[in-house]
Amino acid sequence: MADARIQVPQQVKRGENFEVKIAIRHAMETGYRVDEVGKPIKRNVIRELVCKYNGAEALRVDMSSGFAANPLLQFWLVATGSGEISFEWVDDAGTKYAERAAVTVAG
Amino acid sequence: MKTIRNFSGIAPASVTRRVLLTGAGALAAAHCLPAAAQMQTNLNELPEIPAMQEFLAGRRVQFARMQMEIPRVADNGNSVPIKLGVLGAAQPGAVQSIHLFSEKNPVPRMAVFHFPATTARFDIESRVRLAGTQRVVAIATLADGTLCVKVAEVLVAIAACLDGS
Repeated sequence: MADARIQVPQQVKRGENFEVKIAIRHAMETGYRVDEVGKPIKRNVIRELVCKYNGAEALRVDMSSGFAANPLLQFWLVATGSGEISFEWVDDAGTKYAERAAVTVAG
Repeated sequence: MKTIRNFSGIAPASVTRRVLLTGAGALAAAHCLPAAAQMQTNLNELPEIPAMQEFLAGRRVQFARMQMEIPRVADNGNSVPIKLGVLGAAQPGAVQSIHLFSEKNPVPRMAVFHFPATTARFDIESRVRLAGTQRVVAIATLADGTLCVKVAEVLVAIAACLDGS
């Protein structure tokens, strides 16, 4: 199973704003919970998420335990050209994740 | 009296009766809400959040343009839908960043969204965790350095177990 699901419109017009949605599979463990034997569960939340559109940074989010588990994010980009929308994110455990989607720009 | 036509073509019940009914409904709803929900907190002043004061560093803010859509009453603090936006910001680079602060969460700086100079629409949607009834503050930094603020109060029925209590 993929770590995230990205949704972009199939085709967008050049110069127009289009919405990008990403749903990430991550527990966003706060570090304040305990397991069944009372041992604290280590904090592990996504620290930073970067979205790039054809290699250029399009959105950067500093995240915290204030995001719900399996974080969802919707935002807007300006269609400049066909290509790739890529996401990279890193959590407290130091694990790096990446996911990408293609976008076609008409006109 | 002016006649109001509805889509079905049937004349509506007399306006006075409708007004009366709406009023009665609102009154009943107000009575159903818990005491905390009826409390009128001033949403035109900033709550005391040290992390936020640190970010502001004494800078002036204006209570305008920043938009925040968040339920007034959230059943479950583990996942509260939130929508952010900045009124009248449609030019590329008009907004540099949006900061989100929480009054009660153990991590008060909930999120920072950084926009590059190419972004022209600054609407964000997400879901947040809230550890109890509290005020949430959204601050947008505009290109000219203006800080636009919106404060919202959320009554949380079941708090996200952020602090283990």
